Parts: sequence; C-alpha cells; structure tokens
Amino acid sequence: MKLKQISIFLENKKGRLWKALSILREADINIRALSIADTSEFGILRLIVPDPEKAKSILETENFVVKINEVIAVEVHDEPGGLEKILEILNKADINVEYIYAFVEKKGEKAIVVLRTEDIDAGIKALESVGINIISSKDVYEL
Amino acid sequence: MIWNEEAECMSQVQKEKLQLERLQAVVKQAYENVPYYKKRFDEAGIKPEDIKTLEDIQKLPFTSKSDLRDAYPFGMFAVPDDDIVEVHTSSGTTGKPTVSGYTLKDLSIWGEVMARALAMAGAEKKDFIQNAYGYGLFTGGMGVHYGAQKIGATVVPISAGNTMRQLELMQDFGTTILTCTPSYALYLAEVAEKEGISKEAIKLKAGVFGAEMWTEEMRQELEKRLNIDALNIYGLTEIIGPGVAMECKDKNGLHISDDHFYPEIIDSNTLESLPESEKGELVLTTLTREGMPIIRFRTKDITTLRKGTCSCGRTLIKMDRITGRTDDMLKIRGVIVFPSQIEKALLRIEGLEPHYQIIVTRPKHLDELEVHVENSEKLFSDEVKHIEEAKKMIEDYIHSEIGLRVNVTLVEPQSIPRSEGKAVRVIDKREF
Repeated sequence: MKLKQISIFLENKKGRLWKALSILREADINIRALSIADTSEFGILRLIVPDPEKAKSILETENFVVKINEVIAVEVHDEPGGLEKILEILNKADINVEYIYAFVEKKGEKAIVVLRTEDIDAGIKALESVGINIISSKDVYEL
Repeated sequence: MIWNEEAECMSQVQKEKLQLERLQAVVKQAYENVPYYKKRFDEAGIKPEDIKTLEDIQKLPFTSKSDLRDAYPFGMFAVPDDDIVEVHTSSGTTGKPTVSGYTLKDLSIWGEVMARALAMAGAEKKDFIQNAYGYGLFTGGMGVHYGAQKIGATVVPISAGNTMRQLELMQDFGTTILTCTPSYALYLAEVAEKEGISKEAIKLKAGVFGAEMWTEEMRQELEKRLNIDALNIYGLTEIIGPGVAMECKDKNGLHISDDHFYPEIIDSNTLESLPESEKGELVLTTLTREGMPIIRFRTKDITTLRKGTCSCGRTLIKMDRITGRTDDMLKIRGVIVFPSQIEKALLRIEGLEPHYQIIVTRPKHLDELEVHVENSEKLFSDEVKHIEEAKKMIEDYIHSEIGLRVNVTLVEPQSIPRSEGKAVRVIDKREF
C-alpha cells in the first residue's frame, strides 16, 4: 500500500524550516516522520502527516510550494541488517531508490523505513513478493 | 473609436506642414524665453530662423535628463511662474528630480492626447475607468484622470495599491477599463484567482498598461488571465506624462500623437539621426507645449518608427514596443542584455509566474548574471534531481534568448517583492 508524503520547497534561508513547522503547529498537525534533502540553494522538506491534504492547503495559503506524492513504508526489525535486507531485495529486483529515511517505533521493537523508488508499484511488488510487511497509512498515522 | 479624427487621421502632407509651423513656433518660444536654450543654441550657432524644414531639427542641440536636472526646479519654464498651474516631478531616484510645469493650455493638450489614448482602448462616456496609477507627483494618475474627464467617462481615482479594495470596486462598480502598470495588473490577476473571483464577476474589457517595459508574452498572459485587450501606453514626465503614444487594438505598435510630439530616432553612440525605420534611441520634441517646451529630448528608450495608415484608420506615426532603454541595458561580459529578454524567456515556460529579479554581480572581475524565479507547483518535485532539471531548463530558455549562461535560483512563491508602481527588475551589485 502506498503512503502519502508531502514535500515542501524551502529556500536555503534562515527561518524557513521553522516557519513551515510553525504553520503546522498552529494547525495542530503532528508530524509522524520527517526528512530534509538539502542543496546549496534550496531544501526539500518531506513529511508524513495524518492529513496530507489539509497540511498542503494550509501551507499553500502561506505561500509555500507543496506537493503530495506517494512513498512506501515498510517495517523492519530494529537490529543490525534490518534495512540492508530491504535494500538487497530491491537491488536484486533492479529497482532504483531515490531516497530513503527511517524512524523507530515508540515501542522500540521495529523501525519504519520510508522509501521512494523510481517506480513505486514495482517497489511494492518486489517487497511484497518476498513477504515484507508494507504498512498502511492508517498504521503509520497511529504510531 | 477615434477621439479626434481630424488630427489622428490627417494626411502626411498636411501633418508635415502643421509640424513645421509648430516646430518653428516652439523653437522661437524656447529661444526667447528659456535662457538654457538661448545659451545652447548660441553655442551651436543656430537661430530659430534657421529652421526652414523639418529636417533642420537635426541642427538643434539635444536636451538630456541631466540638463533638466541642472535646471531644477523651474529653469526650463518658458512662461512666468504665475501662468504655471500644475507641476509634476520624475521619481528622482538618481538624484534631484526633474520638474515638469504645465499651463492651463498644456493640461488641456495632455487631456486631449490621453483622451485619444483611452479611446484607442475603447473608452466612451459609459465606461468606468479604474485608475490604479499613482496619483501625486507621478504623472500616471493625473494623466489618465484628465483624459477620462475629457471623454466624459467615469474615472475611479483609486490610485495605486490596496489590492483587495481594487478587486472589490472592480466587481461592485463593474469597471470596464483598468489603468496601471502591467506588473500590478498581473498581481491583481494573481490575487483575484487566489481569492476565487470568477472571470464573469469582472467586467473589464481593456487594460491601459504602461510606465514600465513589458513584452508581447506578458500581453498574452494578461489578456488570458483578465480576459481583456491589454494595450501599451507610453509617455514620460519630461514631455508631458502618459499619452505621448498608445497602442490601438491593432496591437502592432504605438501611435505617437505626432501633431504634438515630434519623434526622431538617433544612434545613441554617434548621436547621428537614423532613418526612422532603424532601431535606435527615441528623441522627442514638444510641438505645442507652452509652459515648458522641450527640444530634442533624449528619452533613452530604444525603438523604431513607422509611417503610414494603420488598419484602425489613424495616420499617427507608430513606434514599436520599447524593448530596452540605453540605461537599462546591461552589458554582461560584453554582451548586451535587456531585462525584457529574460521576461520573454520566462513567459515561454508553462507553470511559471513571470515574477523575476535579475542580480548582476562581478566576483573575480567577471560578470555573473543570476535570475531569481519563483518556484511553482508545476516545477516543484519531491526529488532534488527534478528541481535541478527544472532550474536547468529555465537556464536553457534564457540562454537561447540572450546567448549567455545565467544562474537561475528558484525562490519561494511571493518572495519577490510585488510592486504597485514600477517593478524593480534589476539589482546591479557590480562595482565599476
């Protein structure tokens, strides 16, 4: 199952990340997972939030450029080699990973990995074929 | 509609006769009443009687912006101060402003040429003209005002700024003609879209846009977004204000009211007169102005002229859309670049807002051109490589237009300042 992620364009300028996050705080939107891609000129803030559409529209009224796209979330064992195993599967299936980020569940037994493969459907198929548990949006939001 | 058919459709022969009579009179008046002209004419060994043909104008010295500045405040007036009923000034961004003084007759001429201009945009008695040019020392506000009153249209003197109010009145009054700078018109369109105002709620049929340079691509954009005829008006405070020239619905050049303002084209380097069909600097002489006659004013605006009868029926000479100014002209690593070329390139890219700023720097003795462009949903992606591709694409479009590699920086929407008057397009940080 695909998970919705929002991406926000940030100029590489003091206070922009804070501004975006403070808008979300005011709207009472809790962030489940976060990553930032940074270049010398700009950054892309990627977030998993419970209501991506709402977050997008709130940020847009404050003049941010926001996009919603799909990513894959999988559960891995929080132990050495947990993530490596996932990447091995994708590598064998010849699937390119655009970016990846991970966070640890509160209970501490599992880690959640958010993946963006070039071809999302192919990524899901490859992972599911070897029995990897792809997590639903609902599960992620409830973490 | 043609406001003054007799003047605007006059035969070439008749017009040249009128122009010569008026030129002879204005030269005499300037020589006899303005010490500056007497001095300059004497230095050049020219007497008013030496003007026997229109070509003889080439014997007269030029007047530059700095000459007018030196005459600050009232040194160029040709009538006693008592007869001056209104003054305006240029913005004075580069030093002392220049002052323009008008007699009652001058104001009437200004109203006349502005009435012609507004009529070219289709203005009639029944129209509501929302005048979003600034009222005040800037000539934009009053110029449109006088023209609208001459026609008998209803002028809404809202002045520049207060965007929400502009949109509210536009809907409530059923405004049919909008007058402002093109960059402000674009901003109004942008806000109207954001506020969800439907195209049907706005009754605009035409826009009279000027006071800054803009492109054909920008016209397309404004026409599409506001559902209007977007027409180009030209003028300058030194000569009279807006109304020196205006586009008719043919949208192929601006008609100069050449029974009042005599145009020439010169090479701005050699100062030689050029055939009117060649591209060069526009030089204007006021033919009828009493309070402050201006002889051969160097506008620094670059254009070409075309005589003939337009499809609209007017014989007023046409000038091309101004594509650059001799002082707006950027020389980047020896290559001449006009901001309008960059605008043109940006408007070719779908999904891009044509708000931009050009920053010129000279690190290590080499000019660098940086263009700030606002990112949009269309260009944005969750992947760095796609954004870099978008940036590269914009750079390629600009490269193909100006022949130079530039560095494009994508900035956040609305982060480039919106102007209510003239947009600041170029920031030159080079130290010469």
